Amino acid sequence: MIRLTIEPIDFAALTEAARRPDCGGVVLFLGTVRDLTDGRITTALDYEAYPGMAEKKLAEIEEETCRRWPVGAMALVHRLGCLGVGEISVAAAVSCPHRAEAFEACRFAIDRLKELVPIWKKENWADGSTEWVHPATSAK
Amino acid sequence: MKLHVRLFAGARDLAGADHVVVELPAGATVADLRARLVALCPRLAELAKRCAVAVDAEFAGDGDVLKDGAEIALLPPVSGG
Repeated sequence: MIRLTIEPIDFAALTEAARRPDCGGVVLFLGTVRDLTDGRITTALDYEAYPGMAEKKLAEIEEETCRRWPVGAMALVHRLGCLGVGEISVAAAVSCPHRAEAFEACRFAIDRLKELVPIWKKENWADGSTEWVHPATSAK
Repeated sequence: MKLHVRLFAGARDLAGADHVVVELPAGATVADLRARLVALCPRLAELAKRCAVAVDAEFAGDGDVLKDGAEIALLPPVSGG
C-alpha cells in the first residue's frame, strides 16, 4: 500500500496492517522532523510533491521491494504540508518471514524513496528564513 | 509546439511561477527544453543543471525527443523523507 497524505501518519495502524501469519518479522521505519540541521535550528518543514509522479514512483518501489524480498505486506506513506518538529513525515512498514530480510527490504524501500520520489522539503529556520532542500547528489 | 512545464520547490520560487510555457520546434529534445527554460528564466540556470526532467511522469534523458501535449516537469534534486 502506498499513499501521500496531509493527515498525521497512524504508524500503529500501518504496522498492524503489515502483519501476516506467515511473517515473523515486521520492521517499521519512521522519518521525523529533526530540530537541528548543520547547527541550525528548524521550527518546521514544508513538504510538497509532484503528486501523480510521486505516487507512481512509490508504487514502483513497492513493486521492486516485493520482487526482491519475500514481502508479506508493506506500506509506504509520505505526509505533505507543514510539519512541526517531531512530527512523522514518512513511514515504511514491511513484513517478511524472517527479520534479516524484513530489515533489508525496509531499508531498501526508504532509501529508494529518498533517492527517487519527487517530494521536496523546505526548511523553516528559527530566524524566520526559509530554504528548499535540494541536495548536491542528484535525484536519479 | 507549445509545452507547459511544471516547476516545483526551489525552481518554482526562482521562476516566480508554478509553470512556464515553452515554444519549441517539432523534434526538440529535453536538452533543447533545458536551454530554452534557462533562456526564458536566467535565474534557473544554476539549479536547472542539477534538475531532472520528467516527461509524462517519468524521468527523461537529455536526448529524448519531446512530443506535443506531453506533461513536462522540472524536478530539482529531491529531498523527501
